Amino acid sequence: SSQALWLVLPQNYPLYIRSVPTENELKFHYTVHTSLDVVDEKISAMGKALVDQRELYLGLLYPTEDYKVYGYVTNSKVKFVMVVDSSNTALRDNEIRSMFRKLHNSYTDIMCNPFYNPGDRIHSRAFDTMVNSMMMQVC
Amino acid sequence: MEQGPAGGSGSAAAAAAAAAGTGGLLLPLSETEQQRYSELFSRCCPPPEAAAGGSSVGELFRASQLPPDTLHQITEVCGAKRVGYFGPAQFYIALKLIAAAQSGFPVRIESIKNELPLPRFMALKNDTEVRYGTPAEFHGVKFQVPHATLEKNSYKRTDEGDKQEPKSPPMSPICSPPASPSTYQRIPLSYGYGKARSGLEQQHGAPYEVKHSTHQQDGPSSGNYGAKSTLTCSTPNRCLSVEQQESSSQYSDDPWRITEEQRDYYMNQFRSLQPDLNAFISGSVAKNFFTKSKLPIPELSHIWELSDVDCDGALTLAEFCAAFHLVVARKNGYQLPETLPETLLPEYLQAACLKPVCDCALFDSHSEPLPSSQPTRDFSRAEKSSAEEAPDNSALLQDGKKDDKQALKVSTTLKTIPKEFQHLTVKAAAQEPNAFRARPRSRSYSSTSIEDAMKKGEEPPTPPPRPQKSHSRASSLDLNKIFQQNTQAVRSGWLPPPPPALPPRPSASQTEQPSEVELHPQMNRPPSQAEENSSAKKEVVLAQPPSKPARRKLRTEAQGLETPELSPTINVTSSLPAAKPHLPVQKQSSKQKRAIQTAIRKNKEANAVLARLNSELQQQLKEVHKERIALETQLEQLRPVTVL
Repeated sequence: SSQALWLVLPQNYPLYIRSVPTENELKFHYTVHTSLDVVDEKISAMGKALVDQRELYLGLLYPTEDYKVYGYVTNSKVKFVMVVDSSNTALRDNEIRSMFRKLHNSYTDIMCNPFYNPGDRIHSRAFDTMVNSMMMQVC
Repeated sequence: MEQGPAGGSGSAAAAAAAAAGTGGLLLPLSETEQQRYSELFSRCCPPPEAAAGGSSVGELFRASQLPPDTLHQITEVCGAKRVGYFGPAQFYIALKLIAAAQSGFPVRIESIKNELPLPRFMALKNDTEVRYGTPAEFHGVKFQVPHATLEKNSYKRTDEGDKQEPKSPPMSPICSPPASPSTYQRIPLSYGYGKARSGLEQQHGAPYEVKHSTHQQDGPSSGNYGAKSTLTCSTPNRCLSVEQQESSSQYSDDPWRITEEQRDYYMNQFRSLQPDLNAFISGSVAKNFFTKSKLPIPELSHIWELSDVDCDGALTLAEFCAAFHLVVARKNGYQLPETLPETLLPEYLQAACLKPVCDCALFDSHSEPLPSSQPTRDFSRAEKSSAEEAPDNSALLQDGKKDDKQALKVSTTLKTIPKEFQHLTVKAAAQEPNAFRARPRSRSYSSTSIEDAMKKGEEPPTPPPRPQKSHSRASSLDLNKIFQQNTQAVRSGWLPPPPPALPPRPSASQTEQPSEVELHPQMNRPPSQAEENSSAKKEVVLAQPPSKPARRKLRTEAQGLETPELSPTINVTSSLPAAKPHLPVQKQSSKQKRAIQTAIRKNKEANAVLARLNSELQQQLKEVHKERIALETQLEQLRPVTVL
């Protein structure tokens, strides 16, 4: 199965993009891009305390392929977007939430690194390792 | 003669082991290099001792036919100048540097990371052993002319060569593993060739000479040397990889293991950044510190990731040691691991007794504690916090004691880090003598203060210079700001901008000052005042911003009072290259206070200037605005007639 993970800045600038397998990447790009609008919508709708993890079920169901797109927003308005195959029905809500939590923790660790300038693309090897393991787990 | 190398290696085993340990860690040495170096070292230094005698080393270096400046540079870079003696580490590094210089590389630490041919030395008269039966793979090394018959000629020529200017390209490969097994005698042979070669110039860039014994007969034909170092590159690779394995195995089995000296060094550095060893170093402070190592940011980022185990954005002592060790390892060419090695884990490091204040450890007879002191000062300069006083003082005291030990010193365990920083700081240290020499030369406040500052800045880390610089104003704060630009080009990346020794006044020779001061006031009264007012440096230099000649004189008198305080530092500075004397603690504090005060003053003045500028610009803006309004109204008045 395929999936993708994107971390996007508030200005909708991508911080981190990861897709498995990589040949579907363009499709993921499109999917994530459209889902960003939905995420923004939800953010503005909520108004207060967006700090809690949010979940976004887009229901982008193509006739041929199904994808579930989940979103998550940190308190600094950094958006995490995760795309998974709908065929991967084993994924439950809790698992998604825990994955986002792990991502958020790793992201915080990256922020702690003084050599990291916020806004840079994320090149951290530790982060990559963590994302890899997470995606392997899901697939 | 295959026995040759075996014999050579056997005899040099002991030295080689030590050398390999250090050399391997610091920079990979091929087997041939190792043998060669250890032989040379044992030649220069009888086995019981651990340090090479200066004279024999000097002879050897001269025999390399490099220009004296280069040799000086090499001596400085390898750390011998700083530590005051040629231990195995310094010696090997020096040999590598000689090889690099003979290959045409600049004398820098980075050059010796590459594979290099063995250094060539002319006419080491007492050296006739068969040394390198190196495997044929190592071609390119100098001559192989083992014929005894030729030796005579070569010796003759050698003498001529000796008389030659050292500038002549290095020839005589003393230690060249001959490509052909038949040629194991070395050194003397080369001489002949070296000399004859007027075309030695070509040798400059070509340390390698392809030789075959058969070719020797051709005599000085430079044709033998046509081969270039490129030939040898392939072969050293193999040697190096083997060497690395050996070295890693020899060096306590783990390049990621921190030795006692390294740990002490790291702790000193930690102290310079953060006096309390149980506290953290914040991320930004650590970032500045590690950025000075000139590693690329992604690598530093990765190092941080590895070492900040608790991911809190701050480094504890153990984390800092790990990070520092990784930096040093990376600088020495090791690839960064994907995960933190076990020996660098904070728990491990803490378990391995990191003593918060290991004064006792510092006084161990470690061969390389000295380097740490200097780097400490380097970094302390960079960091600049007044809280550094205590660490500095302790470091200084330690340094002083270390210096005592150094005189005896046997550097048996040379570790990369100290050496690394030796190299880095040696430059600073090397510059210090220059600075000291330079200082007496330029005393005038006005025009040469900057030069002074630069020169003084070159005495980087040593605290003694600091007080001298500017009424003990040397502390980093202003200095960095002032001299950042100036000194960037001058110093290596590791040296923080040196404390700008403000004008000559605090300079070492107090006697000169009064005379200069008197002269200057008379000549430069008005200009000096203006200059002082205009130049922040001057103001910094002078405690009181309005610089009047009379005041200057008073200052010099005041300085005279300070002389007792400064004189120790002066003495220190004079003996700086060799030792770091102890400094009284109060000097540090008053220095730093004054530094802070001058910094505040400077900032205030800068603020005033900017405020003035701002108001002027505002005025201009208003006027322009008024003009514009006037023009617009005029336009309006003219227009209504038409517009309707």
